[in-house]
Amino acid sequence: MPTRSRLHVPAPPARPGQPPDFSYLKLSAAGAIGRPEISASWRELGDQASGLVRVLDDKHRAVGPWNPRLDAQELQVGLRHMLLTRLFDDRSVRMQRQGKLSFYMKSTGEEAVSVAAGMALQPGDMLFPAYRNQGLQVVRGQPLVGLMCQLLSNTRDMCKGRQLPVMYHSAQANLFSISGNLATQFPQAVGWAMAAAIKGEDHIAATWTGEGSTAEADFHHALLFASVYRAPVILNVVNNQWAISTFQGTAGGEQSSFAARGPAYGLPGLRVDGNDFLAVYAATRWAADRARTGGGATVIELVTYRAAAHSTSDDPARYRPRDEYQLWPLGDPVERLKQHLIALGEWSEERHQALSEELDAHVAASWKEALSYGTMNDGPRLDRDLMFEDVFKEIPEHLRRQRELLRAEFAAQG
Amino acid sequence: MNMIQALNSAMDVSMGRDPTVVVLGQDVGYFGGVFRCTDGLQRKYGEHRVIDTPIAEGGIIAAAIGMGVNGLRPVAEVQFADYVYPGYDQIVSELARLRYRSAGEFFAPVTVRMPCGGGIRGGQTHSQSPEVLFAHVCGLKVAMPSNPFDAKGLLIAAIEDDDPVILFEPKRIYNGPFDGDANKPAVPWNSHPKGEVPTEHYTVPFGRAEIVRSGSAVTIIAYGTMLHVVEAAAASMGLDAEIIDVRSLVPLDVDTLCNSVCRTGRCLIAHEATRFAGFGAELAATVMENCFWNLEAPIQRVAGWDTPYPHAFEWEYFPGQARVALALKAVMEPR
Repeated sequence: MPTRSRLHVPAPPARPGQPPDFSYLKLSAAGAIGRPEISASWRELGDQASGLVRVLDDKHRAVGPWNPRLDAQELQVGLRHMLLTRLFDDRSVRMQRQGKLSFYMKSTGEEAVSVAAGMALQPGDMLFPAYRNQGLQVVRGQPLVGLMCQLLSNTRDMCKGRQLPVMYHSAQANLFSISGNLATQFPQAVGWAMAAAIKGEDHIAATWTGEGSTAEADFHHALLFASVYRAPVILNVVNNQWAISTFQGTAGGEQSSFAARGPAYGLPGLRVDGNDFLAVYAATRWAADRARTGGGATVIELVTYRAAAHSTSDDPARYRPRDEYQLWPLGDPVERLKQHLIALGEWSEERHQALSEELDAHVAASWKEALSYGTMNDGPRLDRDLMFEDVFKEIPEHLRRQRELLRAEFAAQG
Repeated sequence: MNMIQALNSAMDVSMGRDPTVVVLGQDVGYFGGVFRCTDGLQRKYGEHRVIDTPIAEGGIIAAAIGMGVNGLRPVAEVQFADYVYPGYDQIVSELARLRYRSAGEFFAPVTVRMPCGGGIRGGQTHSQSPEVLFAHVCGLKVAMPSNPFDAKGLLIAAIEDDDPVILFEPKRIYNGPFDGDANKPAVPWNSHPKGEVPTEHYTVPFGRAEIVRSGSAVTIIAYGTMLHVVEAAAASMGLDAEIIDVRSLVPLDVDTLCNSVCRTGRCLIAHEATRFAGFGAELAATVMENCFWNLEAPIQRVAGWDTPYPHAFEWEYFPGQARVALALKAVMEPR
């Protein structure tokens, strides 16, 4: 027993050059965690917030009470969306390395978190994504060319050149504008859901944030308001272990799970294998059905691993072992769903290869088209006058004057 | 040294001299900071003095206040000035006023460092210059260096100051001076006299502006990145400008600024932040009050436009040499 207080500073189990060690990760066998009724009170819930909800077992079978029993065609659609997301990410980073875009953030290894959840929700449900949820854009059918034009800040950029790459939005597809600030959209999603309840509509809201961002006060505001008003919202914490160099222990994951934040506020918490497409789908459906039937909000922790760098500005080899992802105990979401489909006799290596080639060709062709609308450095550019629009609904006089001054500045330069 | 090394040296020197100095913030410890400003400090001083924190600016500032009250001298890093707002309540309502509300019985000698400004393709969430939001708050000292020498001296002065200090670090000039022309090759600090930074302890006092260039035709007042832009613009116009680096926004060196304007009779003020109610408005009012009878022309301000910092229009937004030149023409030939 220590005889006086000593500052405890959490440390990740392995640093560069050391062997990866995931012994800190509490795992449950597939099928081991019970699935409560959607009407259950959070008090009646058992170990869902501390165990790990899993459906796919080591032999690639779907087992246990959380098996969503999706048909083969739905599973194939899920695989297609995840693969497309991955190939889109891969080529986007290549474009960044070629200087075509200023910045990019991959979601490699986390595709199931977005794709399975997106598929489990209804088109009228409002999504408040974070910046690593590109799978939601894919599920909602956003054309790749449109996403790429945003990445390029070009003449067809939905943001009119105002946002960093990956900060997409689509009002028509119910995809809220992504913020570069962390966790800010978490309580906003709760407000959206409160409005749906006030108006008596059935649509729900869903939002995502990283485990690192749960440290922000906005996360706690969200849980409190969601609990107080029983708002129909799903609050997803994507625990990908790393927030730039900050490992999940520094965000508070060492003492307790992120799912367990839910019960502290009187909300159910589900800790889910985020690389298990079926588990993510089933948990999202459970929370969505509960919210839609007046049961209020659920906190879902999706346990996954950020396989790539935080962004193209980051070098994770400085702070974590290079091979950590290879030893990640929950495997790869694309590979696991693929093996499941093969085990069902509904897929094959050949079909997978063919799909991969088809999607990659689609991504390549989309990039070619998007580049034809300009990049930051070449080709057609957005009209610079646009920068003065949308600060307010109507352009006020002082901004009109500044627009004239900018024109004069360019006229003076010739 | 470049500005990153100079800031690192300031913290290193301060931690070496004073065991109560601690550093805290996101990614500052093992990783050494996303801009490397705290590189090596945790290895040297341990994880109890260089503390990796959760991503919670409100928590970082509030914890720093508590540490400060309990005898430490915390240096808190906010990763980007654009992300300080969750900590704004703690800075404005608590840190700035603690001494006042407790009639001097409590105070927290906290330094908050944050990279600011554009020019790195950071878009609206990695480019802001919110200095005036802090300069307007009573009880905070606010500074923005334009070079490595001042950065180190101001940071050591901040750490040793018993009042809270907000130190803005223009990230575009972390690695070298920048005259506003992004097409020119980058210039390193080691080719600039202010890149010569002593390794030992020294301070640059708050409340003291620096006349960077003496001249008689016009006084140009600037700080941070803009200092280099106005120097280049005045030089290319062949103007005998007196150029003053404000350095310390609060307290402000009114005498140095106003003595100069009274001599030259003309004044141009430049900052990267948006124009409306920007710090330039305070500077212009101060100059007008003190130099009205000596002014030959209306005071001119050069600033960022009153829009968020747009990713695709970085250089259209940034107050570059062309904007400075037009304003200089207006102040030299007012009619």
